[in-house]
Amino acid sequence: MSLPYVISQLQDAFPVGLTKIVEWRGELAVTVPRERLHEVAQFLHDDPAMDFDYIVHVSSVDWPDDDERFEVVYEFYSIKKRQRIRLKTRTPESDCIVDSLTDLWKGADFMEREVYDMMGIRFRNHPDLRRILMPDDYTEGYPLRKDFPLRGKGWRDTFEFLDETAR
Amino acid sequence: MAFEDQRTTVYKVDPAHPESETLPTLRTEELLLNMGPQHPSTHGVLKVILELEGERLVKSTPVLGFLHRGVEKLAEDGTYHQFIPHTDRLDYVCAMYNNFAYCRAVEKLMNITVPDRAEYLRTIVAEVQRIIGHQFWLGTQALDIGAMTVFFYCFRDREILLDWFDELCGARLTTSWYRIGGVERDFTASLLDKLKQFLDYFPPKIDEYIVFLETNRIWVARTKGVAVISAEDAVSFGLSGPTLRGSGVDYDLRKAEPYSAYPKCEFSVPLGKNGDTYDRYWIRVQELYESVKIIRQCLEQMQDGPIMAEVPSVTMPPKERVFTNLESMIQHFKLFSQGFDAPPGEIYCGTEAHKGELGFYIVSVGGGKPYRLKIRAPSFIHMGAFDYMSRGYMIADAITLFGTYDIVMGECDR
Repeated sequence: MSLPYVISQLQDAFPVGLTKIVEWRGELAVTVPRERLHEVAQFLHDDPAMDFDYIVHVSSVDWPDDDERFEVVYEFYSIKKRQRIRLKTRTPESDCIVDSLTDLWKGADFMEREVYDMMGIRFRNHPDLRRILMPDDYTEGYPLRKDFPLRGKGWRDTFEFLDETAR
Repeated sequence: MAFEDQRTTVYKVDPAHPESETLPTLRTEELLLNMGPQHPSTHGVLKVILELEGERLVKSTPVLGFLHRGVEKLAEDGTYHQFIPHTDRLDYVCAMYNNFAYCRAVEKLMNITVPDRAEYLRTIVAEVQRIIGHQFWLGTQALDIGAMTVFFYCFRDREILLDWFDELCGARLTTSWYRIGGVERDFTASLLDKLKQFLDYFPPKIDEYIVFLETNRIWVARTKGVAVISAEDAVSFGLSGPTLRGSGVDYDLRKAEPYSAYPKCEFSVPLGKNGDTYDRYWIRVQELYESVKIIRQCLEQMQDGPIMAEVPSVTMPPKERVFTNLESMIQHFKLFSQGFDAPPGEIYCGTEAHKGELGFYIVSVGGGKPYRLKIRAPSFIHMGAFDYMSRGYMIADAITLFGTYDIVMGECDR
């Protein structure tokens, strides 16, 4: 299975509804609106010509300047056909939720939980959406967002220095 | 409950005592047991909440994150070169392979071709690291389920290789020997000698490990038929490495997407049949033999040549040039103060580490730092299948399960 074949199959199945198809460094990335994410993913998983049965990773990227701030990235692999594909979707901050793909790939469970924990993106129909790496009672936000400070929150600067020489 | 599993009901009646069903009803309740975070067999700080019905596991909930250090966030604060030492601390048992996976990902992003000799050196060291990883696994998982002797034998032989690493790069565990575009330094004659000696010494020792374990009836009884997962489920959960191949799925990135010097070597990928812990053990032991084969072939084929790609804007100049040549010194200074300018784009690059597919997903918007770096850690993804695989087994088999994945919490929690 080659990249042009995957692209043409996808375009045949979804004449409208694919926002962007990018091929870079031999990798295929397909962006879809979030309403169609589950539909396209189901096609990739179930269609015998596609057969993307292996989930590689679920990731997320924060673009604070964009209208649709968050990007959710799924990466799939077809073990029989030796082909990779990346499926991406965007979601705005105000309604930060996308459809969960746990019903298609069981491994998506933990990976989506990590995305929720790190980026604060919620997944509709996820069976157990809780924090996974950070503590359950962590209230200081989502660490991988760009507005989460990279070098501490500045409380270190508020320490009072003891003047050792004054004693 | 996320996935309905029939296995939970199978053990309601003890198959050896079917009359137990007719016994007068006793008051039963599920017992909640916290295992970890400080438990010798959890290989780090991992907590699992076990729901028990008698001694059977009904449900288990892994609680991760005790070793979370925010490595992905740290990556956004440093240049691409500066992240290499951080990768050592992911899977601290097998630092070399993490370096390798990360450097390959950045090379893919920068579109750099690594010289031939460097590819061979990388492959040799990666396979040495695989041997170390599998020895470590073999020893500790056998120790966890009560077979102690093989642990000492594995660690005795592992020590030889760790000393070899020490001579190679000055560190036993946190190696940072790989560089973007090549490797840090070449083998010396003494290193080559020692490696060849080890290759003659090692295969009979593998036979010894096998005798120790397979003649141990308790060990065999505790691994055969334990933690079984079918091929479809293993694929659906995204398992990789020996954990996936134990179920008979032929997925090894060294063959599927050949990289480095692997396409030039002949080796086979052992596959299991039953998908149980014993099959995964068998695969790992066979991979030890295969690694020895790969190293031998690499040593034979390796020619002299440069060990670093000549891409001055990205790769580090050799140290002797930095001290003698002005341009190299400026290049060195620029690389370490600003980093190199990566093209905007995103790549994913997976590498077959001894635990499974270790991948790096890098998003770049230009500039010297990654905009987003995501680590696909096999240990973390394997823990996702823990609940599913543990249901219906005895509580003691939970220990076998930790062992069967070969988890290292540094990588799992990142």
